[in-house]
Amino acid sequence: MQAWHFTEMPYPHLPPADQITTMRVSLSNKHFDPNIGADLYNRYLDEYMIADDLGLDLMVNEHHQTATCLDTCAPLSAAILARQTSKGRILILGNPIANRGDPIRIAEEMAMIDCISRGRLEVGFVRGVPYEVFASNSNPTQTVERLWEGIDLSIAAWKAVDEPFNFEGRFTHKRQINLWPRPYQTPHPPVWITGSSDHEAISRAASRGFTFATFLQPYEVVRKLFETYRAHYVDCGQPGGGGLGFLPLVYTADTEAEAEAGMKELLWYMTAKTEPQFRNPPGYVSVDLNVKALQGAFSGRTDAMRAKGLEFQREQGVIMYGTPDQVAQQVKRFYENVGGFDHLLMMQQAGFLDHARTVKSMTLFAKEVFPQIKDLARTKPLRTLAAAE
Amino acid sequence: MAATGPKSTMHTVQGMKIEVERMGKGKPILVFTSEEQLERGSAALANLALDHEVIMPSLPGYGRSERPDWIRNPDDISYIMMDLLDELHLGPVPVIGFSLGGWIVTEIATKSNAYFSKIILVDSYGVKVGGAYERDIADIWTLHADKVLKLKWHDVAKGKRDFPSMSEHDLQIIARNVESTARFCWEPYMHSINMTKRLHRIKVPTQFIWGENDGITPLAYGRGFSALILGSKFTTIGRAGHYPHLEQNDDFIKAIRPFLGA
Repeated sequence: MQAWHFTEMPYPHLPPADQITTMRVSLSNKHFDPNIGADLYNRYLDEYMIADDLGLDLMVNEHHQTATCLDTCAPLSAAILARQTSKGRILILGNPIANRGDPIRIAEEMAMIDCISRGRLEVGFVRGVPYEVFASNSNPTQTVERLWEGIDLSIAAWKAVDEPFNFEGRFTHKRQINLWPRPYQTPHPPVWITGSSDHEAISRAASRGFTFATFLQPYEVVRKLFETYRAHYVDCGQPGGGGLGFLPLVYTADTEAEAEAGMKELLWYMTAKTEPQFRNPPGYVSVDLNVKALQGAFSGRTDAMRAKGLEFQREQGVIMYGTPDQVAQQVKRFYENVGGFDHLLMMQQAGFLDHARTVKSMTLFAKEVFPQIKDLARTKPLRTLAAAE
Repeated sequence: MAATGPKSTMHTVQGMKIEVERMGKGKPILVFTSEEQLERGSAALANLALDHEVIMPSLPGYGRSERPDWIRNPDDISYIMMDLLDELHLGPVPVIGFSLGGWIVTEIATKSNAYFSKIILVDSYGVKVGGAYERDIADIWTLHADKVLKLKWHDVAKGKRDFPSMSEHDLQIIARNVESTARFCWEPYMHSINMTKRLHRIKVPTQFIWGENDGITPLAYGRGFSALILGSKFTTIGRAGHYPHLEQNDDFIKAIRPFLGA
């Protein structure tokens, strides 16, 4: 089991919730104070460096036009970590290739970070959450098609070592593709992909041997996603050999009461307000799902989940908190419930959770929880690779 | 005389199935619907069907028409519609285009003057008349649905729809119409980049009909659009938003009947 520290780098210093209608896309940036922003960026990067010292791996992501995530460019934060840390692997989860476009620019940046970090980079690709299409102005339809064309082209660019090649696809046209630098890892860094419900996409990722991760979902949903992955996994000799990741909110403390208080602060992330039109841009999900939405099938679902409370969400595995032994038990139980997994991606900081308490939780996790779980057996895809070697 | 129809048939154009609805008897008149296709079953079309054969194709991705992935925008759609019109052998006929349908009419008419004898554009999209920092057309996708409703309708009550009471089949069409509009019109938003450089090619008598209270494509936008088609007539309808033909059916009919002629 690998354990990864993660924060979205939030900017929580906002007007009271009842005075704003959204924290994403259209929240006025007059609420952003660059002095506070500078402190936050440096503090969050410090915490990644502490995580590295503690023996954790490091995960970053990006979002746009939102107070929930000041990391607007994961390659930038990953590049800083590539230079300022020395041990941990660095995972970008991920590059929003369907929204950003220009897969070759992304492949180039990844190769550069991989070289600077001397081969510590893992490259995730994401379709991007719905509200991202407003900032990127990318078409909300065909996001899956753009994602896959971009992934395939990036990988082709990493692998190409002989002659420059051209590409005239559906969404990208490039002449003389010829990466300088090439990635440090040969033929390229491990590739990750995320998903939450699209089993077809998971099969596709598994059949190429990518690592698959899902975020903040109840274990029963996660188990089904992971089963699809395992059923379709093919060892294509991908670097890293595939595997499965899960992201819960994690808070570790000396006492359960202290842990519960910490978790309540992390849950700021789950209550971030977004206006409804940003949650479901036209054509982002299938026609069938939109029909269900028109029929009212999803209204109030999030509120209902929240209303069930902390203990329920802990039971589901969406949040993990407690003393070190309790957290270890929760990880192990989740591992059993989903048929095993390989990467615990931990959102250990969110909202107003301050530096001291973030570091305390990370440290307790690294010193007292991680030793209890790190030898959990790798799941089937990795064993397949090991057997092949 | 009571109108006949509506009757819906499927035509194969460029290998894709395109739905064409017909109603009424008489001289043919083409109708390109709005992206929401609210004109179906409307009193305005029923009135026209009293003495016309109303022919109403569904654009690719709308109604029951197929939507192959290669179609990217209204320009691509216009070629499919011209293929369809060639097959229907109508000759030059009057056409009414509502909202997105109006945009498609301008895409066709700037390519050929052979299809239409008269053009009526109702609160149409298709052109950008303002500068880069001006929002000509309200952004229906970044505004809250309630706000969009207020911009679109003079009388908001007329625009409210009870989706849960609708059939699965109807909801499928509604959801796919929304998806298709995003596919084709997301960027550039609701216009063709070079339409302003092409509208002079339209030589057919053209009448613009505009809702005075349209908050989606406001009156000033409509007038700017009209100014680009030489000799076009611009008529406004009071107490009406983006769909004047649905909010003020009688006024709409009164405005277009003289233009269409006997």
